[in-house]
Amino acid sequence: MFGYYLDLALRSLKRSPGLTALMVLAIGFGVAASMTTWSVFRAVSGDPIPWKSSKLFVPQLDIWGPDSRKKGGYNDIADAFDYTDAVALMRDHRGKLQSAMYQVSPSVVPADAAKHPINVTGHAVFSEFFPMVDAPFKYGSGWSAQDDQNRSRVLVLSDKLNQKLFGDVNSVGRSVDIEGKDYRVVGVVAHWNPQPRYYDVVNTGGFVGDGAEDVFLPFNTAIDVGMPNNGNTNCNAIPKESGFVGLQHSTCVWISYMVELDNAAQVESYRNYLEGYMRQQQQAGRFNWPPKYELRVLPDWLSFEHVVPDDTKVSLLVALGLLIVCLVNTAGLLLAKFLRRSGEIGVRRALGAPRNAVYAQFLTEAGMVGAAGGVLGLLLTGVGVACVGWVLPKDIAALAKLDVSLLAMTLLVAVVATVLAGLYPTWRASRVQPAWQLKSN
Amino acid sequence: MELRPILSTLRRHKVTSWLLVLEIALTCAIVCNAVFMIGQRLHRMNLPSGVAEHQLLQIQLGGIGPKSDADAQTETDLAALRQIPGVRQATMTNQLPFSFGSDSNGTLMLDPHQQQGTAQVAQYMGGVGLLATLGTRLIAGRDFEPGEYVDFDAAVQALHDDNTRGLPQDLIITRGLAERLWPGESALGKTVYFGKALPFRVIGVVANLARPKNHWDGVEYSTLWPIRMTSAEGASYILRTAPQDRQAVLKAAVAKLKQLDPNRVVLVKRTYDEARHEYFANDRAMAGILVGVIAALLIVTALGIVGLASFWVGQRRRTIGVRRALGATRGDILRYFLTENFLLAGFGIALGMVLAYGMNLFLMVHYELPRLPGIYFPVGAAVLWIIGQCAVLGPALRAANVPPVVATRSV
Repeated sequence: MFGYYLDLALRSLKRSPGLTALMVLAIGFGVAASMTTWSVFRAVSGDPIPWKSSKLFVPQLDIWGPDSRKKGGYNDIADAFDYTDAVALMRDHRGKLQSAMYQVSPSVVPADAAKHPINVTGHAVFSEFFPMVDAPFKYGSGWSAQDDQNRSRVLVLSDKLNQKLFGDVNSVGRSVDIEGKDYRVVGVVAHWNPQPRYYDVVNTGGFVGDGAEDVFLPFNTAIDVGMPNNGNTNCNAIPKESGFVGLQHSTCVWISYMVELDNAAQVESYRNYLEGYMRQQQQAGRFNWPPKYELRVLPDWLSFEHVVPDDTKVSLLVALGLLIVCLVNTAGLLLAKFLRRSGEIGVRRALGAPRNAVYAQFLTEAGMVGAAGGVLGLLLTGVGVACVGWVLPKDIAALAKLDVSLLAMTLLVAVVATVLAGLYPTWRASRVQPAWQLKSN
Repeated sequence: MELRPILSTLRRHKVTSWLLVLEIALTCAIVCNAVFMIGQRLHRMNLPSGVAEHQLLQIQLGGIGPKSDADAQTETDLAALRQIPGVRQATMTNQLPFSFGSDSNGTLMLDPHQQQGTAQVAQYMGGVGLLATLGTRLIAGRDFEPGEYVDFDAAVQALHDDNTRGLPQDLIITRGLAERLWPGESALGKTVYFGKALPFRVIGVVANLARPKNHWDGVEYSTLWPIRMTSAEGASYILRTAPQDRQAVLKAAVAKLKQLDPNRVVLVKRTYDEARHEYFANDRAMAGILVGVIAALLIVTALGIVGLASFWVGQRRRTIGVRRALGATRGDILRYFLTENFLLAGFGIALGMVLAYGMNLFLMVHYELPRLPGIYFPVGAAVLWIIGQCAVLGPALRAANVPPVVATRSV
């Protein structure tokens, strides 16, 4: 029976090619525009580590006090850490896994003396950083907690820098000269470029282009050799001493912190710990204001830091509006088309076809229009996503990729939406009174 | 033209008419808001920077290891850069208008005992020739004298010690800031306070100098300080040259800096135009997407009108024939369909205006957009009416060509 309806639908669509083309065009356009905008939205708002984001937390401590908020005219407490507190929290080690980190940009001196030194980007982190963020290793692994303690000169390279320095080989155990000092390679991270750069949005703003980070060094080692911070620094008072050491002794915030907590009990106890830590600091005379802290789970943290640009949300709304307009349009056209065939429906009904048969026939036809619109929409979505490249900044556009799920979604949205739009016209068609139609003809 | 027959016909096609009205209303609402958002972006992208945009080059260096002789090195570099043919001026500065990266801001106070700052202002620091190199126009007072410049290190130390020695005594502000602080008065000779109530005298006013970012605080609230910085402190070399010489000078300058000390890494080398282009990339992208969406919307709506009008014309062939046989001219028939579309579009536009206003309210609450100016309503209405008339013209002409003889045929 379905085959018969398909045949009927095809005949009907062929009979008025103009109207059919209009409907297909409208659906194709609407679906493509919505999907293109949505793909951008999905790319920038996507959870970078969905299997674990509910276990990753970012603490914040009120180390500047209410006066600085009043003076600065804002309500939020510092979103990064000063050196003192970052080190204290690492020492107390109350989470399951945790790491303080800061952004560095050292120069790597190639072994080949003829080559120029190259500037690389990276992060100074603790050993627990790698298991916490599930960094994928190609060779070797992260360093040990012992290396953190001993302030060892070890490092983890990106796949890209490894290729550049050593060629595509397992370089674990070899050494790399960074600013005149030798570091032993303990691991090479396979291609890993999470977007947004969730572990340190304070310094990266979330999006850092298509380049993965080149190096990871032990935090303590980087501090020891005086490798300066390459990220943001915010101060509420000018440091007493100049330079990087001055920064470490200051109340300026420049260190990101992340902690993994596996269940509600751990979260609760970590909250108590933060509260206790702040109280203890207050008693020690560091602060003269009541303890205040925040502990945000990663998705909340990303939205708090406005990592997802408002722009994409607005454009998503606009795209949704466009889809609705297209559906209203399709509904109107389908209605026109179906009612034109009142005579045909009358004959079928008079010959004994039940209302359900009319439903089946016309919804099949609507579905076919939807499928055709979907195929056109697929093509146009492809064009749209390709065009996103020359309108959007590269780092965001690179994320708006055409993948199987997007294509399937486009087709599905097109068919479902058209069938929905066809419901009312079909209902109207099924109400046609056979007697009237037969009489007037 | 008699409207009653048109209205009574529409009443018989209630649902299709309503769908068309709804479509036009939604289109109207979305297009009004989208055009408004595009306008916002374009306004931002065209904000004046106050510098000689097409004449500036920026080079930022990163050193390897600590540098003790950064001051001497910077002086040597600048002297060499000024020798390059085509370079008119050269200096160092900590930031440029509309640029990425960290920016330097300070809290300005008008009274030393104030609890809360008067304004957050951008702090531009640079060496001798800062104004001339940036091409920022002085409109009152004077530029800094060569003897007034101090070193960055000394200034930071002085700020920390709360000691005015080692700090400059004077500064230059923008006209926008002057008007904000002392409306209708001359700013020259007035005193402002920074840090823990350290006084600074205003000796000059420049026409404009936009902030690096933080536009929401007031784009034009900037101050200029005679403070010499070095690459080690994150400052960039700024060169001014003729627009056509930029690429050649940039290449020569980078080569010269590498030659003076090969152990340095070039972090940034670009023309100011490139920097500005990059800064507004997001706004351009958003405007681009919105233009695409508007075009798609208008096309879809026009297609819808064509489709429904064609359907109606087909359905009413007989009636049209009868009217023609009874003496109606082609013009009458054409006018009938145009008027019908005008009416439907009118209903749609009226509903659309209400929707547009509601949508704008929603965006104002959730996305901090300003209120939609009134001018968008009549313009949006006119555009939709014109599109509607154009879309219906084809089917209407076909209707006008229906011969009277149709009336005598049975379908």
